[in-house]
Parts: sequence; C-alpha cells; structure tokens
Amino acid sequence: MNIFDILGPVMVGPSSSHTAGAVRIGYITRTLLGSRPVKASIGLHGSFAATGKGHGTDRAIVAGLLGMKPDDMRIPDSFSAAREEGLEFTIQNTQIVGAHPNTALLNVTGEDGKTLEVQASSLGGGRIMVNKLDGIMVNCTGESPTLIIYNQDQPGYVAAVTSMLAEASINIATLQLYRGKKGGHAVMVIEIDQRVPEDAVRWLETQEGIQRVTYIDGEGA
Amino acid sequence: MAYQSLEEINEFCREQKLPFWRAVLLDDMNERTVTEEESLSAMRGMWDAMLRASDNYDEKLSSGSGLVGGMGGKMEEYRKKGDTLCGDFVSRVIVQALQMGESNACMKRIVAAPTAGACGVIPAVLVPLYREGHINADKIIEALYVTAGIGQVIASRAFIAGAAGGCQAEIGTASSMAAGALVYLKGGDNEAIVHAAAMALKNLLGLVCDPVAGLVEVPCVKRNVIGAVNALSSADMALAGITSRIPPDQVIDAMREVGESMHVSLRETGEGGVANTPKAKEISERLGK
Repeated sequence: MNIFDILGPVMVGPSSSHTAGAVRIGYITRTLLGSRPVKASIGLHGSFAATGKGHGTDRAIVAGLLGMKPDDMRIPDSFSAAREEGLEFTIQNTQIVGAHPNTALLNVTGEDGKTLEVQASSLGGGRIMVNKLDGIMVNCTGESPTLIIYNQDQPGYVAAVTSMLAEASINIATLQLYRGKKGGHAVMVIEIDQRVPEDAVRWLETQEGIQRVTYIDGEGA
Repeated sequence: MAYQSLEEINEFCREQKLPFWRAVLLDDMNERTVTEEESLSAMRGMWDAMLRASDNYDEKLSSGSGLVGGMGGKMEEYRKKGDTLCGDFVSRVIVQALQMGESNACMKRIVAAPTAGACGVIPAVLVPLYREGHINADKIIEALYVTAGIGQVIASRAFIAGAAGGCQAEIGTASSMAAGALVYLKGGDNEAIVHAAAMALKNLLGLVCDPVAGLVEVPCVKRNVIGAVNALSSADMALAGITSRIPPDQVIDAMREVGESMHVSLRETGEGGVANTPKAKEISERLGK
C-alpha cells in the first residue's frame, strides 16, 4: 500500500469497496473487452447483492463500463448516460460458489460483436481483483502493467512470450498460467514492471496459436 | 513498504535530523519511484480535492435511503448563533465532519482518508484551521504527509477496514492520523506527533462497525465527528507534554488484537450493535424491497 492508498483515492461516495471498487470492475471489464460495450448482464453476489443498491454499486459498475473512473461526478447518473450512449444492461442478484463477498459477474458484448465474461471482486479501499475471464482463473489486479494472453495449450508459448519481454528489457514481476483443459485454451497472466510498447503487443497478436492479447497499462481506473 | 513502525520513522528522523513529514515523503519517492515534485504535486491534488469536496456540500441533498442529509446545514445554523457548548472552532470542526460524511453518503466526490466512511475526520480538523488563515497550503500538505505516515503504519501493523477490525480501524485510524497532523501544525515535535496519534487511537479502541442496513450512513456520519473532536483533544494533550503510557506502536498492535477478537456481527456486516436494534431492522426491511 502506498501513501495514496491511505490518503485517497479521490472518489464518489459512499463506499470505497462498494462504489469505487465497483466502478473499477466496470472499467477494467471495458478495457479487457477492448471495445465499447453495447450490452451487459451484471450479476451481483454476496454483499454486493445485499447492500449494493444503497451503495450505488449498480450505478458504479455501469459507470465503469461507460469508461468513467471512480472520481467521475456523473456516476450517480450513469443509468441515463448508458441510455444516451447505447449501452443496454440488466442487473440481477446471483450466487457464485466460493466467491469473495463483494463479487460481480459481468457478461458483456462489445460494439465489434466480441463477448467476454468477467468475474471480479472488490477487495476494499477501492482495490479490485479480476478472478476469472471466460470462466478461466486469472487473478490479476490491473494495478501494474499486465499482459493477458490467450493461447493454445501447447509447448513453447511461455518461452516465446518471455523471450520477447526479455528482448524489450521488460522485467516480469509475476507470471501465472491457467488452462481450461489439457490441449485446450490456456491463459498467461504476466504482471510486469515496465510498460509494454504497442508494437510488441501487436507482434504477440500475430503469433500463430495466440488467440487474443489484452494489455492493461497499470493505471487501473 | 519501508516503515513498519512509528518508532522506525522517528528513529530515521533522529538520524537524519528530519521532520516526520519529510521521512514519509522520502519513502514515497522511493516506493513509487517518483521525484519530490511529483509526490508533492499528488499530495496537493488530495488537498485540493478535500477543499473542493468541502465547498460542494449541499444541505438540501439526502442519501438514497433518506437516512442522512441536512445535518451539516443544521449544525452550521446553530454554530452561527454563537452560543455552542464546544465554542466556535470546535463547532466548525463538527460542521465540517458532518458535511463531509453526508456528502459521501450522497454520492458526492470525497477523498477516502483512510476510507470513504471516515472521509470527514481529517478535513474536519484541517479545513477550519486553514480557513482561519494562519496556516498556508504548503504547511497543510506537509501535515498530510504526517497523516499518511501514521495511516500507513497502522495499515501495515493492523488494518484500516471496518470489515477487518471494526470502526476503530476506520474512524480510529483517521482520528489518529488527524491528531498527528494537528500536533505538527501547532509546532509539536516528532515524539509529540506519535503520542497524539497513539492517544487518539487508544481512546477509540473497541469501537464497533455497525452500519444500519449495511449503509455508510448511520452511525458512520456522526462517528466522523467523534473522530475529529477526539483528534483535537488528543493533539492538545500531546502539545501540553502528556504522553501515551503505552508506546504508540504497541497501541496499534492492541487495536489489531481488539479487532481480531471482535465478533463478526460487529465488523461491517450490519448484524450487530445499532444495526441490530428494532428500528434498524425496520429500516433495513423497508429498504430491502
């Protein structure tokens, strides 16, 4: 925790976990989707479901999906902003076994037709954790620059990606690997100390067997 | 993170002959790899946001639940009559604490310090002092580093979330941070700063987190008042030369122990304390629909 986690964030109230964290969940979902969301189904679990309405959790997540950050004064009016910007959304309570008490499950569709399912939790103080992407465990916070790479579960991808990073003098802080099933889809979540140049991200995208690359530049929201 | 105790900060200050705030600034530059100017500029941003939040209070607003709103306006009216028990300055502090807490509940923009629920405590003591005109903004920025240093040690040795340690972890921590800042602004030395922080925290040990209907409204808004006023009295005691008999870091450890042994119904679940009263249940049921 740095001193601006103690004094800060500047945010729209009333709750750092139920409001500011919820905005960040919406925002990071938009970043991960990679385009403007036009449809969203928002499921609220646990304490998000129980006290979310009174904390504006519903409006906060929609605000984040619209690209607002936790200090945006338009958060309380995000529902009407969504109508203006053509984002259709539904909000319902849901139960996710074993999930953190402040968890949301978002199914979003972007304007380019891509879809994504994001399960994320608000950990307190406005900090969040993305638990799953399309059902595959990822556990990343988006606080530092992060590369999320979807690839075929085959030998050689980790080596290819890490040597590219080494060549670009980018230091890896953490590296996590997950897969749905053997030989199926796999996900690499790499938190790094430096920002990744855009052309390096593009290069990764063109590699055979890599299906999707998402880059979060670490500022979160 | 560098500092694990208040004693460590003060020891570093003694070695380097530094004021408390500067030790915190140097640590931030190191932790986030930023220049002095970048760190100061970020802190100025926090102060500007606090002042703007204070200016933007609207006594006509009420929270979505209707439980809070207008108290800051009422208190201000009363203060203006000039016959308060607490005197003018303390009454201004009370007004500011209520207003900030209400703004937060009404989804206005505030600075979490250390949390949104406790966002009123630090501005409640700093804004009225600043507006009296004897203290300039640069000095306030330095005082904010004092608050951050204290808060960071409490966060690392104990916790700052109501769900983890009850209200003592939120309002108690904010009060402790504010007390240290006040001592600094009044010219107290580094020892007095940490003793004020310790006394403020000690006085709020055991405070439970019992939000009615789980909302950051009742009793949270008014708890900001006790946090702010407790900071003033703790700072005055420290400036008078009174010290905490228990070393400040040990007080923080005690806060942790108390928080850990606190029943879960008293840690932000909205199940115990005032949240468990018949009236609170009635409110909760009305809002639950």
